[in-house]
Amino acid sequence: MNKSAHANTILLAPTDNVVVACEEISAGSSIEVEGSVITVKSDVGLGHKIARHDISPRDKILKYGAPIGRALEAIGEGAHVHTHNIESDYLHSHTGRQNPENEG
Amino acid sequence: MRGYLRQDGQKGIRNTVVIAYLIECARHVANEIALDFRGRDVHVIGFPGCFPNSYAFDMMSKLCTHQNVGAVLLISLGCEGFNREGLAEIVAASGRPVETLVIQQNGGTAGTIGKGSKWVRTELDALSMQKPVDMAIEELVVGTICGGSDGTSGMTANPAMGRAFDLLIAEGAAGIFEETGELIGCEHYMADRAATPELGAEIVNCVDKARSYYETMGYGSFSPGNADGGLSTIEEKSMGAYAKSGASQIVGLIKPGDKPPTGGLYLLDVIPDGEVRHGFPNINDNAEIAELMACGAHLNLFSTGRGSVVGSAIAPVIKVCGNPETFRNMKDDMDVDAGRILEGRADLDEVGREVRDLVLAVARGQKSKSEMLGHREFILGYKSFDPIGPACLPNVA
Repeated sequence: MNKSAHANTILLAPTDNVVVACEEISAGSSIEVEGSVITVKSDVGLGHKIARHDISPRDKILKYGAPIGRALEAIGEGAHVHTHNIESDYLHSHTGRQNPENEG
Repeated sequence: MRGYLRQDGQKGIRNTVVIAYLIECARHVANEIALDFRGRDVHVIGFPGCFPNSYAFDMMSKLCTHQNVGAVLLISLGCEGFNREGLAEIVAASGRPVETLVIQQNGGTAGTIGKGSKWVRTELDALSMQKPVDMAIEELVVGTICGGSDGTSGMTANPAMGRAFDLLIAEGAAGIFEETGELIGCEHYMADRAATPELGAEIVNCVDKARSYYETMGYGSFSPGNADGGLSTIEEKSMGAYAKSGASQIVGLIKPGDKPPTGGLYLLDVIPDGEVRHGFPNINDNAEIAELMACGAHLNLFSTGRGSVVGSAIAPVIKVCGNPETFRNMKDDMDVDAGRILEGRADLDEVGREVRDLVLAVARGQKSKSEMLGHREFILGYKSFDPIGPACLPNVA
């Protein structure tokens, strides 16, 4: 495991606004992303996403350099980014949720 | 690199004798002949169905004339619907030695095995005398696929394979990625990467076809287990699979059996055209590998998290394992430990370079883990396709 003081995360593309946890990370831990130190706001599991900086409501969430959905609310730096605060920009039939704001 | 030169100017990285059964009823005879040559480059492929299918015929034609194949023995029962004369003509026209043995005309099982064995021995000896020639990276075609995925695949193995693809494509190789049903949600992003707007429109249409096909099949792709693993949306899941493609421009959209006419990155559309007729598009990973090979892939990169063990007839498979725990448990099956990235022991670029270097080593003759273990899986089923549209291929002057 990483010996550094910071918990281990991965930035998959330079333009991403989220990083992915490479281990279980507890609330209050610090992570380092491209030289910036960020405090993680809540417990985050392996493979889950953490906001790299403040994200405004309706902003696109970028992972792998590509949009994977949109923020439902303001998401602060270091917050867990998941189904509670983002939604698919995509077809309802595949998430089982209606998504009327995203027509077209 | 070195390769075995074929009459059409293409080069193979292996010099394999293929034994092809043309109906399930002939499979035992094909397998028995191959058993005499255990450990040597004699591979069995075939089509099990009795009813003719133009996709299957085209696949068998492309596979029997794959660059890695040096000679072909066709095993027919005698009364099946497969056009064995047509296939034999195509193989002969490619300059490869070909023999057809019809079980009903050769004294049944034992007689056919005896004759087949003798033929394979002669051809294998002849192929072993063939001297390889120089082969450039520009002549190499590499496919990519994932199977037995878990949450780590999209974090480590797939993006590392994408980095390797970027390196190989920059050096002039052709790369093929596929499984359009797992790319739902990525189509507009892929369209933006297309060489022309017309190609971009074709890509959007092809993913749309995949979505409606899977809807008809009643197939849902996003599960609660995905969310537990940290995936929030269908497009996020798709992006994990899509990461295999790297960041190069997409120069073409092909269907099974179409060969990339140039280097560069190609998307392979594996979803049948028309109404849903023959069931699931690809019933397992080897059905996809067969299609990548029919498009000319010399070898295939295979990412796994839970731990797939398959290899393939004809074209070597290189396993890139995303999960460090799986790698430790199944070390003999895995070629690359991409899970090091999760444990902070390597970064994506480092593993990407390792994958690229291994592709070239295997192309030069080094055996992949699945080759060493004797994996030669193969499967082919029924499908139907329309030809690709006019905007799908790059203009070749």
